[in-house]
Amino acid sequence: MLPIIFIIPIVQLLVLSYTATFEIKNVRFVVVDQDHSSESRKLIDKFSGSAFFTDMGHLPDYKAAENAVQHDDADQIIVIEPDFEKDLVNEHHAQIQLVTNAINGSAASLMNAYAISIINNFNKEILIKKLPLKFKGMPIQLSSSFWYNPELDYITYMVPGILVLLVTIIAMFLSSMNIVKEKEIGTIEQLNVTPITKFEFIAGKLIPFWIIAMIDLLIGLTLARFVFGIVIVGNPFLLLFVTSVYLVLVLGMGLLVSTLTNTMQQAMFISWFFLVIFILMSGLFTPIESMPVWAQQLNAINPLAYFIKINRMIMLKGSGFADFQRDFYILAAYAVLMLGFATLRYRKRA
Amino acid sequence: MSQRETIIEVKDLVKKFGSFTANDRLTFDVYRGEIFGFLGANGAGKTTAMKILSGLSRPTSGKVMVAGIDVSHHPEKVKRKIGYMSQFFSLYNDMTVKENFRFYGGIYGLSAKKIRERTQFYLDKLDMKSYENMLLKNIPLGWKQKLAFSLANIHNPDIIFLDEPTGGVDPITRRQFWELIYEAADQGTTVFVTTHYMDEAEYCERVSIMSEGQIKALGKPKALKEQFGAATMNDVFLKIARNVE
Amino acid sequence: MWAFIKKEFLHIFRDPRTMVILFGLPLAQVLLFGFAITNDINNAHIAILDHSKDVVTREITRKLLSSHYFLLNRYLKSDADIKPAFRKGEVKEVLVFERDFARKLQKEGVAKVQILLDATEPNTANILDAYTRGIINTYVLQRMKQSAAIPISIGVQNKMLYNPQLKSVYMFVPGVITVLLMLVSAMMTSISITREKELGTMEALLASPVKPGHIIIGKVVPYVVLSFINLISILLLSVFVFGMPIQGSIGLLLAESLLFLTMALALGILISTVSKTQQQAMLLSMFALMLPTILLSGFIFPVENMPVVLQYLSDIMPSRWFIIILKNIMLKGVGITYFWKETLIIFSMALLFIGLSIKKFSVRLEE
Repeated sequence: MLPIIFIIPIVQLLVLSYTATFEIKNVRFVVVDQDHSSESRKLIDKFSGSAFFTDMGHLPDYKAAENAVQHDDADQIIVIEPDFEKDLVNEHHAQIQLVTNAINGSAASLMNAYAISIINNFNKEILIKKLPLKFKGMPIQLSSSFWYNPELDYITYMVPGILVLLVTIIAMFLSSMNIVKEKEIGTIEQLNVTPITKFEFIAGKLIPFWIIAMIDLLIGLTLARFVFGIVIVGNPFLLLFVTSVYLVLVLGMGLLVSTLTNTMQQAMFISWFFLVIFILMSGLFTPIESMPVWAQQLNAINPLAYFIKINRMIMLKGSGFADFQRDFYILAAYAVLMLGFATLRYRKRA
Repeated sequence: MSQRETIIEVKDLVKKFGSFTANDRLTFDVYRGEIFGFLGANGAGKTTAMKILSGLSRPTSGKVMVAGIDVSHHPEKVKRKIGYMSQFFSLYNDMTVKENFRFYGGIYGLSAKKIRERTQFYLDKLDMKSYENMLLKNIPLGWKQKLAFSLANIHNPDIIFLDEPTGGVDPITRRQFWELIYEAADQGTTVFVTTHYMDEAEYCERVSIMSEGQIKALGKPKALKEQFGAATMNDVFLKIARNVE
Repeated sequence: MWAFIKKEFLHIFRDPRTMVILFGLPLAQVLLFGFAITNDINNAHIAILDHSKDVVTREITRKLLSSHYFLLNRYLKSDADIKPAFRKGEVKEVLVFERDFARKLQKEGVAKVQILLDATEPNTANILDAYTRGIINTYVLQRMKQSAAIPISIGVQNKMLYNPQLKSVYMFVPGVITVLLMLVSAMMTSISITREKELGTMEALLASPVKPGHIIIGKVVPYVVLSFINLISILLLSVFVFGMPIQGSIGLLLAESLLFLTMALALGILISTVSKTQQQAMLLSMFALMLPTILLSGFIFPVENMPVVLQYLSDIMPSRWFIIILKNIMLKGVGITYFWKETLIIFSMALLFIGLSIKKFSVRLEE
């Protein structure tokens, strides 16, 4: 059990933190240039010159290009019609076609946005070139600054999340399998004949797991600091304090599951069921704002959603207690509720 | 005695796990229709020997013949001739009594008709007709034990191996269980049984006592008691254990 | 063998909670992914600090808010309000228009907009930045065209291949199917085999004349059936509820699934031969299998973006190859010539696992 509790989470933290990036650095495009004009070449050069795009070559017709996408050798196709330059000069307007592999919808819309911004810049350059007196440069200057994570480093984003996830999984599984294990091997009867009270029993179960999970968290935070170079911006003790309350909640939930089930298998499956849903909806991998309202409301009972939010606030933004006190009180009340249920449900005569 | 047909023949059986010798040159015979007690402290090598006899494990060296079949070469053939009941009773708690019969009948390749017959036969015999559609987990331990024995017998094996079959049941149930064993032996089935209970050793026709991988004593209970100058099998056992230390 | 299969079904049906997991979880996942979970950015809360409040800044604000990407959380009054707004996590983006925006634009030809983003979620920050810039740039271009006598420009015609409405369900269904087949097949078989070991019934089975290979097949067949039922219900759900197409051959889809299933089952048996208890088997399949299956397979995060070492690691994830196959069949509608390599990889993995578990299984019998 020891390696499962300590080593696997650490390895997973180290490995999985690197997996999570949606970043699109390398849009592979192919060109179907039927115009072969100087303007079309200039436009394509703009794409090739961009850090986001990689030129995978020219293809004679659209069919060949689509085939390249089908073979997953390209993500995007730029199609330039035969009369591109002529139209641009004579009609002042020309069309190009942009075809994107949209199986991953969000990646596709981002690729599309990048491509359109290149074309827009090209448009502006044409205008500035044609009418040099009127436009000196870009009329509205945009400057972006990325707070808390200026390099847009995904590791910074993922490590706190994965850490929370692993601590939660450990705590949930340890606790949910515990009482039921004693039921299965019959030792629970031994305990039931002793004079300990329900509350002592639950507390006795909770404290060791709480300590294990806290140690896991501390190891994880140390790794985050020294391996990933993530400095906790906020107060580390505040983080530990919130975590300690959060863990009581998760352990309480686990123990409740454990009192409600008869076999370890059932306990495992039920906690798995809830964990998967909690994890997917927690905002760890996907933004919560994008979910429909009902799903966001459902997150009111998702402990992971509260904790990931608070954790990122403390670790990355340096938020203080006042910034998340409402969420914290909900977590605390929730913890008391779960623990109360678990204590009530545990009967000494099982 | 020597005229009786030998059904298990073991000669110089050795089983090693790495450098550890679990069975050290075991040699013994078991006769058809006999109740043979296989005794020994925990870790003496009983279970290992039993696993070899029932084709679950291969001997390192030595000759092992069970029901006329060389176990080291044809372990699968042996399995048709034997029944096996473990200390865990090997029953499925989430299936009914009838379903357990049907399952075990099925894996021993009995026809549906035969399974029905045998099921009826045992249910009548054990007086468990009213339990047939009950889930096993709702049935008392004593009944489960008798069922497990019947299931191990369902295909009329030549030999039935019982691995500590009476663990955890009360003396009366144990007594009733031994009556089932006698009955099977009367019908010509050889019963090979391991046990911790020395009073049960008295019920056996012959016993062997193992210690540290070797057979230290073999014979009828009465003869062994005389040989060791002991009043009960328990004393015989203790004397052997002490000699070892 | 038939007796075996029947018995295994009895075990499954007698345990309603397991049934709930087997059938409930996949459906819940598909529904969640279909309706709730998406990587797209919608309704991101933003705040605006408008030092100018003139026609142009209002026009830009209007343009931004009329897209479905942004939702105005509030107007800020001063620079000092920015930090608390981010710290409380109320807004993802703050837009700052400088003083005298319209006047500067008119007189000097240049005015400045600052886009401040909460980059604790870099993905969201990145996309929001791209969207904001896109909208403002389009506005700028329109203005330029209006004021220029000859509006020269290149228009763009977009075409989204395979998934014209950019639904995230298209991306996730293949992943859910994969995770699920993996879960049901590998985890359930490994648990059901170790359970027999724990209960001691495995010994009785091994002492019977049934061949070990048949015991395994008997245990595995019910899960194949269940996985297939699951697969079909997920497919029905994604086709009829979410309008997801199956462009390619359904027969091929099922055949490939069967191959993947075989691989997963062999893996499950392998897990069961190395673990002594149910708990071990569960933790092994849960920890060692689930998270990597989700994270390293390209289910949620594209493999191409991972560090090279992890890409190698993801190469040994069977799920990665199966997801590619599923996308090819369901969305691209192409035939086996496009993914024979992936098929071959899964096939060889299946052979490897079967070989290893046969070896392990007979070794275990020796003990």
